[in-house]
Amino acid sequence: MLTSSHLLSSVQMARFVTHGYLRMDAVVPDTLNRQAVEVLSAGLPAVPYGTALPDAFPEGSFARQLVEVPAVAGALRSLVGPEPTVDHHFVHVREPHEGNAQPLHGDAIIDVRPDAFDVQLMYYPREVTADMGGTLVVPGSHLRRTNESDTGRYQNLLGQIRLTCPAGTVMLLHHGIWHGGRRNDSGTRRYMYKIRFNPTVPQVRLWNADDLADPRIAAELSTNFPWYEHATGRLEIYNRIRLWRALTGDDGFDIEYWVTRVSNRPTVGSNA
Amino acid sequence: MRQQVLVLYLTTSALDSAVVGWARYDGTGQASPTTGDSDEPPYPTGLAALLDGWRLFQAAQLIPPYPGHEYDTSYLKHEFFFEKLIPRT
Repeated sequence: MLTSSHLLSSVQMARFVTHGYLRMDAVVPDTLNRQAVEVLSAGLPAVPYGTALPDAFPEGSFARQLVEVPAVAGALRSLVGPEPTVDHHFVHVREPHEGNAQPLHGDAIIDVRPDAFDVQLMYYPREVTADMGGTLVVPGSHLRRTNESDTGRYQNLLGQIRLTCPAGTVMLLHHGIWHGGRRNDSGTRRYMYKIRFNPTVPQVRLWNADDLADPRIAAELSTNFPWYEHATGRLEIYNRIRLWRALTGDDGFDIEYWVTRVSNRPTVGSNA
Repeated sequence: MRQQVLVLYLTTSALDSAVVGWARYDGTGQASPTTGDSDEPPYPTGLAALLDGWRLFQAAQLIPPYPGHEYDTSYLKHEFFFEKLIPRT
């Protein structure tokens, strides 16, 4: 169903594992963007939980055209495989001068799967400017075990992404990422269309893994975000190593011996 | 009197360590701070807030991880609540 071209590289996958999202600016053609607002405003038919992608979005439908944009299709295949199911989809609209921002939250309930993840697509059919208050995204928050809007107390975190983007931008996000719709202080309606995808195959080397030995992978996985506390930031790297092991099927992968050292359990008695 | 509340999240449990997150609530009704409204922290450290007249009234306890959950990450740990009292107008 999804294309096998435009697959992500291992370095791009490592970046997703670290940041919790992939951003693709202006990747959707203008012909589709021009249709989008009318289609999204008219409302989209509900999709039952767990519907196979071809059944969720019939050929020729707007959503089908969106997920078949080559760059989008290639990235989705890299992340969730060839035949994902659709969990739900929804059109988010922020009205002009809407007074409230969403609290920072993760969608659904705590999801602690160590070897699988859902992907949420966010599509912006129009340009999002700073005063339109685009989506707030916290890089590197997706592996934290927090429940929905319990993070609402955090108004601002150092290094947060206050999204501004050109029309036709698509974000693909790990299900656990902290995000929220910011207050729209402009006179323009803001649209965002979201689709959640569930994998149906093991998420192991679904991308173009020709560059698995690239040293940039370890560099990406070692990224420290400015909002991390000193101590907990180290645990984030530890947890990324474990996720990378699951995604590559390589139980020996490590960065500076982090996981190997603390999982070393000699079974032979000491000679001391 | 009306209370203004400032919450700072610091990089360690020390009050003079760097701010990594922040939130504000204004009991005077003169401002309406909200999620995602600024990229720059109001103070570089918790101590800097004290020097500017904020009064600390709560700091997070240090709680050891539950056995088996030593590598889990969750909410920010180093949370400090400050207040300023503003005369009612």
